[in-house]
Amino acid sequence: MLSEPFSIGNSVIHRIDPRHRILAAFLYSVVVAVLYQLQALALATAFSGLLVKTAGLDGKAVFRRLALVNGFVALFWLILPFTAKGDILFEAGPLTVYEAGVLMALQITLKSNAIIMAFISLVSTMSFSTLGYALRSLKLPHKLVFLFILTYRYIFVIEQEYRKIWRSVKVRGFSPATSIHCYKTYAYMIGMIFVRAAARADRVYRAMLCRGFNGRFHSLSDFPASGKNGLFLFIAIVCTVLLVSTEWYFHG
Amino acid sequence: MDNTTPPDPVIELDHIRYAYPGEDPVLRDLSFTLNRGERTGLLAPNGSGKTTLFHVIVGLLPISGGTIRILGRNMESEKDFVWARKKAGLLFQDADDQLFSPTVIDDVAFGPLNMGKTREEALSVSRRVLSFLGLSEFENRITFKLSGGEKKLVSLATILSMEPEVLLLDEPLNGLDQATRTRLTGVLESIDASYIIISHDIDFLLDCTDTIYCLRDGKTEKDTTVHVHSHDHAHMMGHIPHQHK
Ligand SMILES: Nc1ncnc2c1ncn2[C@@H]1O[C@H](COP(=O)(O)OP(=O)(O)OP(=O)(O)O)[C@@H](O)[C@H]1O
Ligand SMILES: [Mg+2]
Repeated sequence: MLSEPFSIGNSVIHRIDPRHRILAAFLYSVVVAVLYQLQALALATAFSGLLVKTAGLDGKAVFRRLALVNGFVALFWLILPFTAKGDILFEAGPLTVYEAGVLMALQITLKSNAIIMAFISLVSTMSFSTLGYALRSLKLPHKLVFLFILTYRYIFVIEQEYRKIWRSVKVRGFSPATSIHCYKTYAYMIGMIFVRAAARADRVYRAMLCRGFNGRFHSLSDFPASGKNGLFLFIAIVCTVLLVSTEWYFHG
Repeated sequence: MDNTTPPDPVIELDHIRYAYPGEDPVLRDLSFTLNRGERTGLLAPNGSGKTTLFHVIVGLLPISGGTIRILGRNMESEKDFVWARKKAGLLFQDADDQLFSPTVIDDVAFGPLNMGKTREEALSVSRRVLSFLGLSEFENRITFKLSGGEKKLVSLATILSMEPEVLLLDEPLNGLDQATRTRLTGVLESIDASYIIISHDIDFLLDCTDTIYCLRDGKTEKDTTVHVHSHDHAHMMGHIPHQHK
């Protein structure tokens, strides 16, 4: 089964028309993705944090999801600071740390966290079928919506399988150490996560087929037009304009 | 049985064959017919291919030989199966695979919405099914926070809401307590559909079905030994097929 813990809630954000939320999330992340100045990126991270707060999401759950992403980001920290050439920040024994590399890793960290947080609070706060339905009513082609939705689901499935396997390993007394046994366990775990996530995604898809799913999404909930939607979009635009101006100001 | 009405086959399997890629066939040369109004049980050991058979019937696994007819229509392409899946409701062995929406009502209404019902119609049929199963207060519960038995019942609701003509129930008793089992038996008695139930619980099958089949060597066999043995009783090891001399 797929859990969508964030889609249940009744915050201001949950009540905004999903189409407006998707548009805002898209606009915002495109802008954040092209920002370079640390000041602008820091501001974006603050905006995103505020969004998470407004959506009233469980802080711990958001944190766990971010931790997963930052696991990948950590890889950049392992590589970039030592490989990018240019001004040297400092030297520690045989290692040379380059300024440009550190800067790049920092940018990636801020960017990805800001974008993920915005997506968690704007897009994860709608259910899977509402998301499909909203994308459809934004006139995206069926096939594209379908592809997108399944990709999105997949991420959640992988996370869930990871947690299940981790639990099963823990109850059998596994504790991390530097030993062959430990590395072997990690390797098995990673392999199992992907195998099981794929099998699971396959079974869920079958269950959807059994219930007449034909690539079209429908939504049970109705999102009446309201002044709040317009206001929300306005605020989103103001925030992005602020980000762009900050970028320009410090670009100088 | 002195049925005067001619049999009206709902599911006809004719010499079908299925093998998982690169393995020995699980189903070989299997023929089986389910007529309208028939209530059938399928009892066979673990790994004998019961779940596989159900998945084959609704076209989730493609057969490599033989023919499948559902309600008289030949299943030739995916399009036929798309049609058939609306007529034959499959309850998955693992309820975790069946539920994928955040709330119970979303999940129960998923099928009816796909079948082209309006939002109001879908909601009303879903509510009716939930109340029929005694799950009315579950409407807004979050599916992944339900207990195992509750998930099983909600899964059943997601299928009944599509108003299928035949039910394929893969171990519906899994994780149900005695009271819920009794409720399920009552539900099955009052339902107007033909069905096949996979279960390892012979007492339950004797209560809810008229005929019990067995899967042996990839083929179904009518299990007459079990069939004649149809008085109510319960004792230690009573779940294993046996005979009283
Ligand atoms: N995805 C798969 N790939 C390969 N082999 C499979 C796969 N799924 C099942 N099998 C094999 O096919 C055979 C039949 O499996 P199936 O799940 O149909 O059994 P079952 O009768 O439903 O068993 P149970 O009572 O345990 O549910 C088993 O031997 C199993 O190992
Ligand atoms: Mg099975």
